Amino acid sequence: MSVIYILWIRQLKRYFRSKTRIVGALGQPMLFLLALGYGLGPVFERAGEGDYVQFLVPGIISMSILFTSMFNGIEIIWDRQFGFLKETLVAPVSRVRIMLGRTLGGATVAILQGMMILGIALLIGFRFESLSGLPVALLFMILIATLFTALGTAIASLLEDMHGFQLIMNFLVMPLFFLSGALFPIQNLPPALGTVVQFNPLSYGVDGLRGALLGTYDIGFWTNFNVLTLSMVILVIIGAYLFSKIEV
Amino acid sequence: MDSHKRDAIIEVEGLTKKFGEITAVDDISFSVKRGEIFAFLGPNGAGKTTAISMLTTLIKPTSGKLLINGYDPVSEQDAARRSFGIVFQDPSLDHELTGYENMDIHGILYNMPKKERKERIKTLLELVELWKRKDDQVKKYSGGMKRRLEIARGLMHLPQILFLDEPSLGLDPQTRNLLWDHIRELNRKENVTVFLTTHIMEEAERVADTVAVIDYGKIIDRGSPKELAERTGSSSLEEAFLSLTGRTIREEKAETMAQMMSSHMRRR
Repeated sequence: MSVIYILWIRQLKRYFRSKTRIVGALGQPMLFLLALGYGLGPVFERAGEGDYVQFLVPGIISMSILFTSMFNGIEIIWDRQFGFLKETLVAPVSRVRIMLGRTLGGATVAILQGMMILGIALLIGFRFESLSGLPVALLFMILIATLFTALGTAIASLLEDMHGFQLIMNFLVMPLFFLSGALFPIQNLPPALGTVVQFNPLSYGVDGLRGALLGTYDIGFWTNFNVLTLSMVILVIIGAYLFSKIEV
Repeated sequence: MDSHKRDAIIEVEGLTKKFGEITAVDDISFSVKRGEIFAFLGPNGAGKTTAISMLTTLIKPTSGKLLINGYDPVSEQDAARRSFGIVFQDPSLDHELTGYENMDIHGILYNMPKKERKERIKTLLELVELWKRKDDQVKKYSGGMKRRLEIARGLMHLPQILFLDEPSLGLDPQTRNLLWDHIRELNRKENVTVFLTTHIMEEAERVADTVAVIDYGKIIDRGSPKELAERTGSSSLEEAFLSLTGRTIREEKAETMAQMMSSHMRRR
């Protein structure tokens, strides 16, 4: 237990000590929120869909958590070559515990990042439906963050070097974000797009977060919760398995 | 085990590692005596790091027998891991954390009680002259300080063996001298067996009790630096090394040798 705890604490310390990383990671989501929110807002309203900034905030929180947690998972690639990872790999500790400590640490950092976006959104006028929605929102943030940190870890365990990083960003992370309903409502989509959205676990995270904060689910709480929990458990198991097979 | 090997802390027999078509380590056998400083000397790409990775449980051998402090690194992984400390060729410190925190995490990973960790960290950081800087983040340390911290960390859990993979890489001559003094002192004070790799002959000559010359994944000779020099009729280990690895000039050899020699020159 103390091993998982110390690796979790380690990542929190690292996060709070690098202020540039915190600010840097807030920049992109804020740009999306402000540019898209105010840029597309009038069109969205004219289409009868209501306030776009309200609609967009849960999507941008999801995006921030997705990017941060995937990145924290993928970080293993250079960590194993130039960093601290090798130190843990030769220690008399099971790889599963190391993976769990890292994943929980990476996920917690991503959740903090998501909460910061929520805080900033409140400052620029975002309003959530009721206080009781906040713990539910936190629950979905935890699920999204853990799921994608585990996915990042699984992928990183398979890659030898950073050459694949751009490939992952362009062909996995960006599609996960754009095809999730983070930016647009998922009802009445063209069938092909609708199907893709349906197979994207992030769609359930975005809908869960939106339901928790705004009060109405498109998919439904339990479907969101079940799909996310199941995907998370599967990915943590796959991630732990692949991580334990790493040879340096 | 044979009686003459009873005082051996590392025993290797027929160790081989293949990556696909390439044989990185080719059927090597040797043993390291308890308490000695043993050096693997060879050009870049000779198979030194691959051999260390197998000894330290990071990769599995294709074939061959291995014993670390009496434990098999493949089947008795954790017992083997507790027996050694390692300083990798590439840095493996957490630069955002302080020197003290890096040491403490290591102690926790090796399941040391809190009180013991505290005392041990103080002893070791004082020994490598970093106690005053213990609360600085590692990113503020110089290259030499980082290496010293890594060495102290490798010794944190009282290992029997300390592996050092090219420990002097990237350090200036002054720092290197200091580092070797530290290593010799630790070898004596902590009674720890030191297994190091280097491609710099004068270092092996200065610090090691036994040297094994490795090239193309094979051990081509071994003995004390003096023995090697005498056997090859050379006046120094450097000449001995060249006469051993450079006997015949092969096409693909030119590059590694040139690379090695130029880096050797730069370091002088």
